[in-house]
Order: sequence, then structure tokens, then C-alpha cells
Amino acid sequence: MTMLGDRQQLAYIASQAADARVNVELETEGMTLNIGPQHPATHGTLRIIARLDGEQVVWAEPSAGYMHRGYEKLTEVRTFPQVTALVNRIDWLGSFANEVPFILAAEKLMGVEAPSRAQHIRTILFELSRIANVSLFLGDLGVQLGAITPVFFAFRDREYVLNLIEGATGGRFHPNFDRIGGLKDDLPAGFIDETRIVMKKLRTFCDQIEDLLFGNEIFQSRTRGIGVIPKDVALSYGLSGANLRASGVDWDLRRDQDIPMAWNKTDFKVITHPDGDSFARCWVRLQEVRESTKIVDQLLDTIPAGPVMAKVPKIIKVPEGEAWVSTENPLGEMGYYVVSQGDQGPFRVKIRSASFNNISIVPWLLKGVYVPDIITILASLYFILGDIDR
Amino acid sequence: MFPLSSTTDTPTEAPRDTVREAELARILEALGAGVVDSLLKPNDDMWIRVTAETWRATAEKLKALGYTYFGYVSAIDWLPSPFGKSEDDASGPSGERDSTIKQGYTGGDTRFQVIARLVQPFTTIGINIKVDVADDVMAVDSWSSVFAGANWHEREAHEMFGIGFNGHPDLRNMYLPTDFEGHPMRKDFPLLARIVKPWPGIVDVEPLPGDDEEEGEAS
Repeated sequence: MTMLGDRQQLAYIASQAADARVNVELETEGMTLNIGPQHPATHGTLRIIARLDGEQVVWAEPSAGYMHRGYEKLTEVRTFPQVTALVNRIDWLGSFANEVPFILAAEKLMGVEAPSRAQHIRTILFELSRIANVSLFLGDLGVQLGAITPVFFAFRDREYVLNLIEGATGGRFHPNFDRIGGLKDDLPAGFIDETRIVMKKLRTFCDQIEDLLFGNEIFQSRTRGIGVIPKDVALSYGLSGANLRASGVDWDLRRDQDIPMAWNKTDFKVITHPDGDSFARCWVRLQEVRESTKIVDQLLDTIPAGPVMAKVPKIIKVPEGEAWVSTENPLGEMGYYVVSQGDQGPFRVKIRSASFNNISIVPWLLKGVYVPDIITILASLYFILGDIDR
Repeated sequence: MFPLSSTTDTPTEAPRDTVREAELARILEALGAGVVDSLLKPNDDMWIRVTAETWRATAEKLKALGYTYFGYVSAIDWLPSPFGKSEDDASGPSGERDSTIKQGYTGGDTRFQVIARLVQPFTTIGINIKVDVADDVMAVDSWSSVFAGANWHEREAHEMFGIGFNGHPDLRNMYLPTDFEGHPMRKDFPLLARIVKPWPGIVDVEPLPGDDEEEGEAS
């Protein structure tokens, strides 16, 4: 890194740190700290290069790209139905949710709409993958702060949800279940009763985590007031999901957007928090799991009868056009800009993943914080490496 | 729509077309002569194409109009791939491919276009903004001073498409090694894995549930 070659630049950054209400009394010799690529706090292989002055970060830069798989290029040599197998692997903890916006974009271009039963089941699986994803985050959060117990709870209870997803789709992590025009299959027998039981268990899990972790004094003192993101900064970085709502922006694509999914048939709260600190981000996610279990419960009561697949041709050719669809995924707004030129496969797909934007705020956010807070801030931003690198 | 805990004015139940039409009229008035072409798909989305000179001013004006949420910045290479879908047998004779450039919505004159998306928070009305990138310049102005999030997106577009962004603070590679040659997302950059071994999946057609035809039995 040649960014901090001379003392002049160091002094400039130190003055900036002072602006951030950091009291620099002594100018010490700088030091570069490498976090990762292999570090438990990075959820994969993300490297953070931090330039320290004493215990404070004066400059930090995430270095992504250890997991870049070139999905945007690969979509150009595949047919539309084959793309879902790729996009499954973007956010691997909530795989089903990645398929939905792509399929919706393709359906929009073709002028097809899935039958209402398929829309319902899609929404149920979408919310189940959110629950599986975020419940693991809640356990992982404890580990990063030195609390070992929550992660065992999280892995135990996430397993129930994964069993449900496996029962319905055949895949624990990568369902590849969504099709243009509907779903591959109907729900298996007993799914609805089993899901109700699991949703109860997950609500108990949320209570336990809230008691164990969020009520913990150490957890609160390490997250409250740390890593504050103001509203306008969050918007200009394009933060989304719980990171945005924790900054007090009341915006949820499930509620505010008119797309052919079943969310508008349910009654749920959009959770926001005014503080914008690490605690707020974690708290919003916890409450969102609760709301998701309620959404699933409501949808289970109202699944309409009918087919799960609309009439679509065997060989799918998507008419010329461009479409953008984004949904509120577990990590935030995930969208696809699909360009079709009338072939069997897309001409260009721009994958706008949530973590890429969410993590681009890190250089701004880490300036002036202390070294242990790097870990809590990264944990509370919650990113998945496949979602950054694609 | 359930504006349960909304702190802002929620959109009324008016048909979305009129909302978007009014929005587009507002944008076109603010941007003036900078807009080359515009397109509105009712109940779907809006597109505008602006001139390269006004690219940065467009971001500033749209931000002032309430489009404060940054979606993404990326690029499109409109050249049809000289390798097609790489479904052909590489050892056989390669067929003639049509290499006419066919632009998408709102047209265009150049092979490369930069595309961005901005959204009005709380209403989810977004706009897709395109700009032509002239082949001899291969650069447009950077948005990173208007929307901080554009920084990384422009770095990505720079290494993947080779498009420069004037005024960007640091156009280092994000993914590729520093000495990597070529720009992988360009259509004329071959996907080597496909050239070495043809992809067998191009003929794969899955029978659908409720499909009465028994064609799958033939194999």
C-alpha cells in the first residue's frame, strides 16, 4: 500500500480522525494491521487492511476478490433456466431468495405470471431462507464477541428450517427450485404442519437469543454507539436491508414494492431503529426473524389451491427487452438487470448484490474506531463473501 | 401495501402510470437538453439516456430531485459475442455470426454504455440512466463524489469493461491481479473454459409438472 508514504499524509489523516471526535494526543508511528483473508470475523475470505495509530484505525480498506467467480460472465453462456443454479451460490445461506428476483425478471420480460399458489409457496420459501440465514447471523454474532453459547443454539434451530427447505425442494443449501412460470414441484405432504411447529421453535430461539445476547451487558457496551451510520450516508452508499433500517429509514421492498409475490397478502411490521449503531443493526435483524415467522404462519393459512406452474413453452426464449427486479433479500436489496435479445439465454445480467454496497461503507466507517470494534462493526454489517464477489 | 409504521407520506393508491409519468416529466424538465431519449413502461420502470457531458450533472440533479438512494453503476457491451453462446463444437467450422450492434431501450450510438440506477426512497420509483461511452475516449465522469457508493461500482466497471471514470479517486483493480491483461466482461474476451470443452447443457430441457406429453421416455 502506497497510500501513506509520507508523514504529511499521515498528519492529514490524523487531523481527519480528530474531526471525527477522536482525541489524538500523541502522534505515534503508524502500523499496518492485516485482518484476514482467513479470519473468523470475515465470514469467508475478506481481507481488511487497517492502518493503525496506536489503537485507532486511521485508514482501512477491505480487499475483496478472493472468491470472485464471474457469474455475470457465466450467465451470458447459459440459458435462462440454467442461471438459477448459478445465482443460488451468491448468498449461500439464503439461496432460494437469490433465485426469485432473477426468475421474476425473466417472467416480466416474457409476460408470464406464476399462479397464485406458486407465488405463495415462493414467498414461504423466501422467508424460510431469510430465517435460516439471519438466525445463523444471530449465533455468529455472539462468537465474534467471545460468547460461544449462542452459536450452538443457532446451528440447532437453523437445522429445523433447513430440513423444511430440504423437504420441499430437495436441497439444503442450494434448492434450485424456482422455475420461469412457477415452481418445480408442489409442497410435500405434512409440510404445513411441520412448518408451524418449526416457526414456534424459532420464536423461542429469538427469545433465547434476546435474553442471552441482547440483554447481556458486555454485548451492549461493545455495540451501543459503535459504528454509527447516519441516514443520508447510508442512502448514498446504497446500503440496504437491516443496515438501512437500523439507520431509521423506513423502507422495505416487501411492503413498498408491487411485485407478484404474496407479501402484500400478509400483515407484518417493518422494523426500524433510530440509532444506526451496531446494536441497532443486530436488533433489527433479530426482530425481522420474528416478523418472518409471522409472515410464514399467515401464508400457511392462506395457500390457495391450484397449479404451481403456468403454461410456458418447453424451450424458453425470452423476448427482447430489459428488466430490473429487486427484492428484499436476507442481506438487503438484491436486484438483477436482465438484458435479453430474444435468445435462449440472457445477453447481459447485472447482479446488484446487497453485500457489495453494504461493505463499501467500511473504509468510511472504520476511520477512528478502536481495533476491537472493527470486529463488531464487520459482524453487525453482516456480509457474505459470495454476495460481495459474485 | 401496508404502511403500518411509515414515517413518511406513503404513495396513494393512484395507478402507478400517472405517478411515473409525472416523475418522468419532472426529470425531463430538470435535465433539459441533457436527455437524448427517454422511455416509460407503465407499471414497470423508467429509462433515460443522457449525453456524456451531462453525466455527472445528471446525478447531481436527480439527487436534488429526491433520487437519493444509490442502486448501482455498471456497463453494457453491446457487441454480439463473437463466440456466440459457446455452444458450438470448437473443432468444427465456426458459422458466420451477425456482428451488428443492436442497442436496447433508449437506443445508443456506441458499443459501450454505462448504466446506473437511482431510486427514490420510500416510493421505490427508480430510474435507469444510460450514457454512451465513445470508443476513442472510453471514459465518462465519475459519480463517486455525488454518491459515495459509486466508488466501488466504478472500480468494478473499470476493470471488467476497461471504461475510465474521470475524477475517480482510486481506480485500482478489485478482483483481478494488477498485471492482468484484458477486460473480462467485454464480449470479445473469450471464456476459455467453454472454448476448451463445449458446454453440454445447452440442449437440456426439463419436463415440467403437469406436462402430459410423454416425450421424456424416448431416451
